[in-house]
Amino acid sequence: MSNIDKQRGDILLEMRDVRIDGYSDDKWHKIIKGVDLTLRRGEIMGLIGESGAGKSTLGLAAMGFARPGCKISSGTINFDGMELTTASASQCRALRGSRITYVAQSAAASFNPSHRLIDQTVEATVRHGIKPDSEARADACILYGDLQLPDPDNIGSRYPHQVSGGQLQRVMTAMAMSPRPDLIIFDEPTTALDVTTQVEVLASMREIVEKYNTAAIYITHDLAVVAQMADVIKVLRYGETVEEAETRKMLSAPEEEYTKSLWAVRSIEKEGEKNDDVILKINNVDAAYSSSVKVLHKVSIEVPRGRTVAVVGESGSGKSTTARVITGLLPPMSGDVQFNGEVLPKDLASRSKDQLRKIQMIYQMADTAMNPRHTIREIIGRPLEFYLGLRGNKRDDRLLELLHLIELDESFVDRLPSELSGGQKQRVCIARALAAEPDLIICDEVTSALDQIVQKGILELLLKLQKDLRISYLFITHDIATVRAISDEIVVMFQGAVVEQGPKSEILTPPFPDYTKLLLSSVPEMDPDWLNNLLAERQNEQTA
Amino acid sequence: MSNSKPGYTATSEVSRVRAKRTLWENIIRGLRSAPPTALFGMLVITAYVVIALFAPLIAPYGESEVFPIPYAPWSDEFLFGTDQLGRDVFTRLVYGARNTIGIAIMTTILAFTIGGGLGLVAAINQKWLDQFLSRFVDVLMAIPSLIFALMLLSIFGSSILNIILIIAVLDSTRVFRLTRAVALNVVVMDYVEAARLRGEKLGWIIRREILPNIMPTLVAEFGLRFSFVFLTIAALSFLGLGIQPPTADWGSMVRENAGLIQFAEYDITAALTPLLPAGAIALLTVAVNFVVDWFLHKTSGLRDE
Amino acid sequence: MHPILRTILQRLGLGIVTLFVVSVIIFSSIQFLPGDFAQAILGQAALEETVAAFRKELGLDLPAWQRYLQWIGGVVQGDFGTSFSGRDASGVDRSRAVVDLIAPRLENTLFLALMAAIISVPIALILGVTAALYRNSIYDRTVNSLTLISISMPEFFVAYILILFFASLNKVFPTLANISPDVELGERIYRTALPAMTLTLVIVAHMMRMTRAAIINLLASPYIEMAELKGVSRATIILRHALPNAWAPIVNVIAFNLAYLVVGVVVVEVVFVYPGVGQLMVDAVTTRDMPVVQGCALIFAATYILLNLSADIVSIISNPRLLHPR
Repeated sequence: MSNIDKQRGDILLEMRDVRIDGYSDDKWHKIIKGVDLTLRRGEIMGLIGESGAGKSTLGLAAMGFARPGCKISSGTINFDGMELTTASASQCRALRGSRITYVAQSAAASFNPSHRLIDQTVEATVRHGIKPDSEARADACILYGDLQLPDPDNIGSRYPHQVSGGQLQRVMTAMAMSPRPDLIIFDEPTTALDVTTQVEVLASMREIVEKYNTAAIYITHDLAVVAQMADVIKVLRYGETVEEAETRKMLSAPEEEYTKSLWAVRSIEKEGEKNDDVILKINNVDAAYSSSVKVLHKVSIEVPRGRTVAVVGESGSGKSTTARVITGLLPPMSGDVQFNGEVLPKDLASRSKDQLRKIQMIYQMADTAMNPRHTIREIIGRPLEFYLGLRGNKRDDRLLELLHLIELDESFVDRLPSELSGGQKQRVCIARALAAEPDLIICDEVTSALDQIVQKGILELLLKLQKDLRISYLFITHDIATVRAISDEIVVMFQGAVVEQGPKSEILTPPFPDYTKLLLSSVPEMDPDWLNNLLAERQNEQTA
Repeated sequence: MSNSKPGYTATSEVSRVRAKRTLWENIIRGLRSAPPTALFGMLVITAYVVIALFAPLIAPYGESEVFPIPYAPWSDEFLFGTDQLGRDVFTRLVYGARNTIGIAIMTTILAFTIGGGLGLVAAINQKWLDQFLSRFVDVLMAIPSLIFALMLLSIFGSSILNIILIIAVLDSTRVFRLTRAVALNVVVMDYVEAARLRGEKLGWIIRREILPNIMPTLVAEFGLRFSFVFLTIAALSFLGLGIQPPTADWGSMVRENAGLIQFAEYDITAALTPLLPAGAIALLTVAVNFVVDWFLHKTSGLRDE
Repeated sequence: MHPILRTILQRLGLGIVTLFVVSVIIFSSIQFLPGDFAQAILGQAALEETVAAFRKELGLDLPAWQRYLQWIGGVVQGDFGTSFSGRDASGVDRSRAVVDLIAPRLENTLFLALMAAIISVPIALILGVTAALYRNSIYDRTVNSLTLISISMPEFFVAYILILFFASLNKVFPTLANISPDVELGERIYRTALPAMTLTLVIVAHMMRMTRAAIINLLASPYIEMAELKGVSRATIILRHALPNAWAPIVNVIAFNLAYLVVGVVVVEVVFVYPGVGQLMVDAVTTRDMPVVQGCALIFAATYILLNLSADIVSIISNPRLLHPR
């Protein structure tokens, strides 16, 4: 079954020169600046763009809906002959939940905690008079089955907090499908899920829209995900269309530079290098937050000098806990951490200033890693004063050197963090770590909150710094593309234990242990056939 | 390793730079954007402060100077008449500003020193000390504060020092809760962890990392707590258990002249006499609340500025 | 055990512990009385044996914990001890049991509080919910400013303004809320009108602002937006999606304000010379009649704790996560 073969029907949704404004700080800002969109019956359109591109706003506008504080200021939105911008509130209401439905990003927050899943699933269908109550309920159970939910006949009687995040996302898809709409808007439905869960949810979503030949708008920031779902892809940036093309064409021959930058990180490929000189050695560490629940089991990791070790795993695998043990925030129950050949004291308070200086940390959210009330001068200047005793002009000279090292200039010195972009903030955090002249930097998901092009810039900077200053990195991430781009060695973690450790070339080539294989194979690739192939392969294995 | 494509540099990323302004320019801008209610509030507060500071210059007579005619009507000689002992009501209103506001401010400052200090300690400690302080405060707050204050005053007696101490201790429980809550939000931030990892001393972390970030909330709370303390003290004085004569105080003035309200039919000005100190109290708390309301609105939107 | 039962029992246990600690605090207050208060109460002229007898009656010769047990044992059986007033230097004792002083007045106070609550709770909820629904409208802003002014006013200011207009200038209601047990209900309500109105004005403002905040917070939930995107009507959104989750916050608001009412009655009772517990307590504080002060404080504190306890229990019961455990 291939995306191109699908029959294209007549036009279902047509948006012309839509403009949407949002109100904040006592004035109106343009969010969508004149976008055209045409969707045919049964067609799936991928709407892709980075944070702030206006994807969700545009997706909701397709339902004639604007969030509080937003307004559709001009343009036309025609849904199957009906003009939504001029339609009355009750006309729009009659459409929503019956002919157009919505799947939200955060399933946990979008379900009402007080009602059973099945009641919420059939609510719109019954209220709009599409099916009688009993019929809608029976149908919902069939949909649950279609979406591969466990125990489809009874799962509906549960409450939202009683099922997992991935299951909830499927129930929401069933809820959207229940009235058999002409159009479903998927708004980043898998972004909050782990990769291994994402694949299954993605597959079941695609299957069901194909089964009922429903048109869909699939909103995401991940091009590899949308490539599996969409017939056509539309790229948005700053509220404007960058380009629109059929999926295969978009991936093989994008016309715009910006589109290519959406998979920028995948263009970096580092040749893994070996080094036998070990700078950090974690020996058989067990750790727990409370005495009862152990989160790390006999974890041993080695980091060679001047190299990058990537620690990969899903949420809850113990990656960040490992970082806390190394830094001394969480003293281990047993085992030890050796740095430069000496055993480090277990807890932070008993480490010397020099021991602290040599291990620095960079965080995922640069926003919360910098005090919003300190200027860049204070943020980078403090470690210079604190560790190296630099003051006055000497400090400021070094500060400027560091700013140039991270490719910023002296105009940034007196800014506050809120006056920087996401990438600039992360660079300042890197400079703060560098100011201490460390041997090892722990990077905790440092690029995952950033747009692709910015990620690429940060990763290149980190690689350059490693080359020039021979710093070692312990790089915690869940993103395999990032691992390929930066690591020399890889550690795979699962449920608090190390599954595998070795040079990148070994880990990323078969044969794989089971979990590594599941993890690696679940990462979507920039190939429209990837999901089909993966499902076929997994099917074969099961029957074999 | 390929170079970044032309057009992308770290410095060219879009960011919102705020114009650099001096403190004075910021104040002027703030005042310009303030709603009329807030401007009114600031005007009233300024007027009260001026009256309180220059009370002896403004008041025509001495604070407890007694004239032969009690309950004298409003006249040129006695602007708002005299009270039951023959003291000039206008003079006592002016001195009352000084006494009532002064005592309330001292009480609030004390409450913030105790509650704020302990709240910070509890938020940072997060272990047994936090548990102990929080439970202790829970119990104190289980007794309505006015009732608790009445009970304590009946034991220790009503002196100005006792009032300040008792109200400050009781009110510090609320300051404690708030400080602890907002400080907890800051303590979990990565930048505080970063400072700890750097090896910073606790004092530095509190002074440089935590305090600047909880200050706006505490400033607003200071306004609200001041109103509350001010009203509590006024209520106690009104009940005859607060500031004792001959010290001029608005709450007691209401109590002393309350009977006059019966004569509204015959002389409306006489009936207004007890309402003047009561109105003075109300006007100040309204003004403070207006300013705090605007301040809260402004600081909550600070991030998007 | 069902988790909801366990949580409720935990909360009840905590409430009992709090009551116990509060009773200890209130009891021990008498320990801090300065000097020889037995002498002070009976007067300088009191005979030595009178003072000694009084001391013995107070149990000052026993250790503190024994006296506490005696006292709390009495309280549980409805005996709050004997008032200090009415004692004489000569040893003549015309003092009355604290219960006899409190009981009739407690009834009056509850009547006043109940009247204020019956008027103010519906008004405040309606104002609060509508202000939240029509957020930022002129209606919302007006109500907001008015309530902000209202909460800034001392109770006695509101009370005297009402007296000025409704009792002094226009004789609609009596200035003094003089009631005794033989007064009929209609007359009672008439005489209590002004104090009840005063309390209502103060409480409504507080309660309305808190209700508005709670509802706005609720309406910002993603599941409300989801309901809107399902094309559900506004009335259904409010009734089916918002209301089931609104009980806990609304009950909290009501309990908080009823507790506030309990304290508010003190000042209002004094203004209108209303024969309630508040007035009694103020008089007792003035004369340092400790058994009465303790009795009143205990009653106020217990009411306060019980109100908060019941609010907590309602939020526990209405929490679907506890109601339907995994």
